[in-house]
This record gives sequence, structure tokens and C-alpha cells, in this order.
Amino acid sequence: MTNPRGRFGAHGGQYIPETLMNAVIELEAAYDHYKNDPAFQAELTALLNDYAGRPSRLYYAAKVTADLGGARIYLKREDLNHTGAHKINNVLGQALLARKMGKTRLIAETGAGQHGVATATAAALMGMECVVFMGEEDTRRQALNVYKMRLLGAEVIPVSTGTGTLKDACSAAFREWTNRIADTHYCLGSVMGPHPFPTIVRDFQSVISKEIKEQMLAKEGRLPDAVIACVGGGSNAMGAFYHFIDDPGVRLIGCEAAGRGVDTAETAATIATGRPGIFHGMKSYFCQDQYGQIAPVYSISAGLDYPGIGPEHAMLHDTGRAEYVPVTDEEAVEAFEYLSRTEGIIPAIESAHALAYAKKLAPAMGREQIIVVNISGRGDKDCAAIARYRGEDIHE
Amino acid sequence: MSNIARAFADGKAFIPFVTCGDPDLETTAKVVRCLAESGADLIELGIPFSDPTAEGPVIQAANVRALAAGTTTDKIFDMVRDLRKDVTVPMVFMTYANVVFSYGSQRFISTCAGIGIDGLILPDIPYEEKDEFDPICKQYGLDLVSLVAPTSEDRIAMVAREASGFIYVVSSLGVTGVRSEITTDIGAMVKLIRASSPLPCAVGFGISTPEQAKKMAALSDGAIVGSAIVKLIARHGREAVPYVAEYVKSMKDAVRQA
Repeated sequence: MTNPRGRFGAHGGQYIPETLMNAVIELEAAYDHYKNDPAFQAELTALLNDYAGRPSRLYYAAKVTADLGGARIYLKREDLNHTGAHKINNVLGQALLARKMGKTRLIAETGAGQHGVATATAAALMGMECVVFMGEEDTRRQALNVYKMRLLGAEVIPVSTGTGTLKDACSAAFREWTNRIADTHYCLGSVMGPHPFPTIVRDFQSVISKEIKEQMLAKEGRLPDAVIACVGGGSNAMGAFYHFIDDPGVRLIGCEAAGRGVDTAETAATIATGRPGIFHGMKSYFCQDQYGQIAPVYSISAGLDYPGIGPEHAMLHDTGRAEYVPVTDEEAVEAFEYLSRTEGIIPAIESAHALAYAKKLAPAMGREQIIVVNISGRGDKDCAAIARYRGEDIHE
Repeated sequence: MSNIARAFADGKAFIPFVTCGDPDLETTAKVVRCLAESGADLIELGIPFSDPTAEGPVIQAANVRALAAGTTTDKIFDMVRDLRKDVTVPMVFMTYANVVFSYGSQRFISTCAGIGIDGLILPDIPYEEKDEFDPICKQYGLDLVSLVAPTSEDRIAMVAREASGFIYVVSSLGVTGVRSEITTDIGAMVKLIRASSPLPCAVGFGISTPEQAKKMAALSDGAIVGSAIVKLIARHGREAVPYVAEYVKSMKDAVRQA
């Protein structure tokens, strides 16, 4: 799927300062070794199963299915993982890899805080030091996760540069990595950044589609007709898509955060409004102005509030293998409330973007058809923000 | 001899950096003329970028000010066109890959050649990705400057062999900005570069005092100073020229004594 330089079609690559080159080369060599090492894989599988609670359930949402009156809806319950989101899949893999490489310190960026919490968790488990960079705006939107990270022993550094959101946290983490490499692994949280990160993160997240496939074959004896996931950088979507890429009968649909709409400036829908660019170590699609200045994007969801998309998604878009659709704040909030009310499952506002599109798609499909929606995380962290969106001022 | 090579022909080079458009392009033009008159051998013109990941807080803030003032790549091209009527010192652009790529690499680089820019420094383009821009730079006679870092080690020979213009020796880990001391063994890095390339080497990142500049220039062929100058501009704004002139003269004198 990737060539030696980590290209996905025209996208990917290693657009980083010379200072970091030996670090990513060392990481690639270590990963190439351990990914084929049965002892490493056994250790990781044990952690995923016994610590993180995998495999996650594939739940048939009968009430949603009946209500929408079309395709059968299954929910992949990544929200039931330890720490409440898919992020732990990647973090346990990278933390284990970092420890094998002799690293004693993890740094990470975080948007909604889910990746930061997962990294802080893995660091606590493995006895590693942990520093998480988080946009100042996001530390306000996701105060509970800031507390959790500190409780877990991590240092949280609010980033006030730029828009004070995920992209700035990511830039700050890259800067910190150039400053301290020898003992530090940058535990990147999405399928983005320089090679080999997009491949490593995708591989660790691909457990999602591996399980969906097995569970679907066991329950229905067939593959789904569509897999739907939300996309910021795109790690949960890449994980949910990966083992279906070679199954052309399965539609792969990524839901981008349209914010207040793709015809407004307050959007984070990269495929809908961006164009090719080079940023954060990769060539891909980015929201940017005519001079290549990265756009100050917006979404109600801190986890999707990113002006780019992982390079493998960019390639899947170019080849038409996956579809990328915009979903607005309003649609996502409605879906957030809908799933809570209908199934008693409060999804992350990020995941609600995927459900919102499933609500549109399902009625147009046949009752014999199947949609899998990846519920990438749980929504406890979002309750206060959604209440505020609805005009109710509650305090956590 | 390329214009950049000429900057090093007359002894150790002093290479100042300025962020274009901070606080506005009129001031930048005055500062550049002042740098040339005060003895700069080569001038690095920073094109501001929204997310300059290799910069420390001082130059990050300059980028923010420049963009807030409405600075664009096209306006910077216009400024350089005007400067080239009387400024003969070699000049290079220092910016990020997306600024060039997004403009259209061919269009950006051919415009640079047309207005008298001699090279490009792109800190987010390592050896592995230089084919993105290097063939176009060669086509138009620009030098794409290669950087060597304290972590480069076994990569130095590979990078140096294919470098052009001069080799930018990154003095320290981390981002740009003033440092009280530079602990990297610069002499050892330069020795490895010299074994693979006849090009001049200039040291940058963290140099702010005449003593540091003299020491770094003694170990190489020149000293690059950015954040210290940007700080003077941040402090004095549109009135910065005399302060920059005084500072650059002292730095140039120090480098000449190396």
C-alpha cells in the first residue's frame, strides 16, 4: 500500500526538518522489526484485550433501524474501550513500540483530549513520562479531559499560538520533539504527519475493521454495504475502512466536520473546501488561502477541528474508493441527541457526525442492506458543550 | 560563481534574517537596505507562514504580525523587485514548503529568478523530499539550500554531496531563537561537511551576541542571525532601522575578526 517513502499516491512523504529525520528513520526501522515480531504482537494483543477491553462490540441498533426504515444499522462500539474512544488502540501500540526503542518519555497533541487521555493512560501503565500539548481553546472546551490527564500523571501544556486548537497543539508537539529526541517518542494521534506515522497509526487502528469483518460475517454471514466513520485527521475512519478497501462492494464513507456549513468560513471540511498542500510533515489536502496560509478552521467538535486530512484518505478520495461528505454542527448535535434518546448510547460529538450521515443514507437503502457506523468514542466529555449549544449553561 | 558563493568570497559572511511585512513591508524594505549598507553579505528574507513549525516564539510572533498586516507572497515579490533596483547583496527567501507549493512551485521559483532572488531555504524540506523543488530551482538558477542538524550524523555526507549554494548548519536541537550557549560540536559537523562538499557552511539557530557570532564564524564560513534582529524590530517597530544598523555593524565586525 505504501512505497518506501511513505507515499499514498501523490500524498504522504516526510516534509519535516532535518533535525527529525534520523528520529523517523529510527522509528520506521523499529516498527518494521516489531510489526513482524510475534512476541510484540502477542504483548500488544494482550494489552488490547485485557487492559483496553477489546474486541469492542458490534451492536445491532434495532430501534434506530426501525425508526429510519431502511438499511440495518450496526454500531461499532469503540466508545466502550478503556478511556472511552478508539485512540487507545494506537496509543498502546506506539507506547509499547517506544518502550522497545528505549524511550522513556511520550509527548502528544490532543484536540478533544481523547488522544491525550489515552497517551497519559498508556504512560501511567508503562511507567513513562508524559507531556500533552492541547490548544488553549480546547482546554476550555474539554476541561474534564484536562483534569483526567493531570490525574493520570501527565503534564498538560496549553498552546495559545494560532487558533489555540488541534493544529497548534500538533505544531507545538513537533517543536518539542525537535528539542528533545533522544529519550522522547512523539505519540502522534492520527493517520497524519510524516511517514511512518500514517502507516503505523493505520495499522494499529485497523483492528477496528478486522473485528467488524469477523463480527459481521458471524452475525450476518456477509459484508456490510457501507462503513461510515467521522474524519478529522482520520484515524478511526482509516481503522474502520482498512480491511474493506479490497472489498469493492463495501462503500466507505468519511464524514467531515462542516461546522456552520461548507459555504461559510467556519468549517473544517478539508476534502470539501481544501486543496493539495504540504503541512505537518505530509502532502495531502488542507484548508488554506490562495497563498497557502493554513485556514483557521472551525467545528463544534474539538477532535475534528483540524485543517488537514491523513494522506491515505487523500488517496482514497483521489481514487474514488472512499467518499467524503460534510456534516454540520447542527446535524451532528441532532444525531448526538437522537442516539442518546433512541438507543441509550451517548456518542462522542465526533462520532455523531458519522451517525448523522447514516440517518440520511439509511432510509434510501433497502431493508436487506447493512450500514456499520463507527462510534469512535463516548460523549460524556461533550455533554456540557452540547448543553451550551442548546442554550443551557451547565457546569461540569 | 553563483551569487550565493560570492557572499562568502570575501571572508567570513554575516547573514541576517528578517521576516517580511513585520510590522509592514515599507519598514522591511528600509531594514533590508540598512542590512545591506551595514555589511550583510547575504540576506535571508522570511516569507511569513501561518504555522511556522521550525520557529521559536520570537519569529512565530513576527509571522503573526506580518500576516495580520496583510502581507502576501505577491506583495513581497513587489518589494523585492523594487529593492533590486539598488540592492546588490545576494538575497534568499526563507519560508515553508506550502507557501511555495501552494503558489505553484514553477510559478513561485520562476518569479524568484525574475526578481533577483538567489536561493530558497525551506526548513521542512529534508534531503528525502528535495526533488519536490530542487529540479525547478536548478532550471531557474536558484540554489535550494540544504540544512544539516546536530542529529544528522551519518546523513551529513549524503546531504552535503548534493547541496547547492551554501550549507546551513543548524547549531542546536529545537527551534529558532536566542540561546545563551551553543553546546553542539560545530567543528566536528563542519569537518564532516567539508569532507563531502566544497560549499561554504554558515551556522544559524541561537546566535545573538558578537562573541557567539565570532566563535561560530571561526568554526565555519559565516554566521546567521534571525531572532535577535526580529526582536529589535518587534521592540522598535517602524523606528527600528538605526537599532538594526548598530547591531548588524557590531555583528559584522565580530564575524570579520573570526
